[in-house]
Amino acid sequence: MTNPLFTPDGLVGVVFLVVIAITLTGGLITCMARTLIRALSGLALTSAGIGGIYFFLNSPFVSMMQILIYVGAVAVTISFGIMLAPPEGTKLLKPFRVLAGPVGFGVSALLAGGLATLAASTKWEALPKINDGSMYIIGIQLLTEHSMVFELISIVLLIAILGALVIAREGRE
Amino acid sequence: MPGRDANKMETLNLYNNINVYLTVAAVLFGMGIYGMLTHRTLIGMLICAELVLASAGINFMAFNRFTAPDPATGQIFTLFIMAIAAAETAIALSIIIAIYRQNKSIDADDTAQLKG
Repeated sequence: MTNPLFTPDGLVGVVFLVVIAITLTGGLITCMARTLIRALSGLALTSAGIGGIYFFLNSPFVSMMQILIYVGAVAVTISFGIMLAPPEGTKLLKPFRVLAGPVGFGVSALLAGGLATLAASTKWEALPKINDGSMYIIGIQLLTEHSMVFELISIVLLIAILGALVIAREGRE
Repeated sequence: MPGRDANKMETLNLYNNINVYLTVAAVLFGMGIYGMLTHRTLIGMLICAELVLASAGINFMAFNRFTAPDPATGQIFTLFIMAIAAAETAIALSIIIAIYRQNKSIDADDTAQLKG
């Protein structure tokens, strides 16, 4: 019997493990970083990893959108924000408050562990699929069943852009 | 050694297990909450809020892939989460820039004018 590592299925599994490692490393960098730009790089790394996870969940379209929107748009927008409103470097190095120390770590670890245990101890029933969830089906559903939400999201985005411009322009000559 | 090979195969087949996705999402959620508690600047909190939103997205996609009868609905919902997250980032950054103009600081502790 050949080593399962070198079969096509085995390689897929290795790629999956790499994707998970990228995601978790990025998350760790994000929450432990002392400077904002490093936290932002961690977020970009996590987003790329999540794009890979979405690809493994049978949705290349959402995976593409994840990389386009998060790594492309959100990360760049936040980096502009960091450049326009630079944080004071010394403040990041002050000793942590009570909430940010062991208490915060305990609460987050409890939340993560609790959610993971809950997920592992529940038996998830799989229902039969009624379609294949391809990009074709998504396009049809966006314009038929979910057309209302589709319209609403366009209006929300429009208002968000206008509002952002209005708020950021205030007090400027 | 067939036992070891079977074990290896199980590790490599993790991508067909819903619990792996849910656990990764839970860990990311915890990291996001921890980051929101430790970061002292508003932009840092915003970055960690993105982690929490992303973990919710992973959960939606995992249930969509493994349990839901219509696999398009979860994908559409995740797209909406992304759009809302993008709108939230734009608004939050413009608020942060306005606060910076007012206070010359984006530290969350300095934004306390309304405090009695």
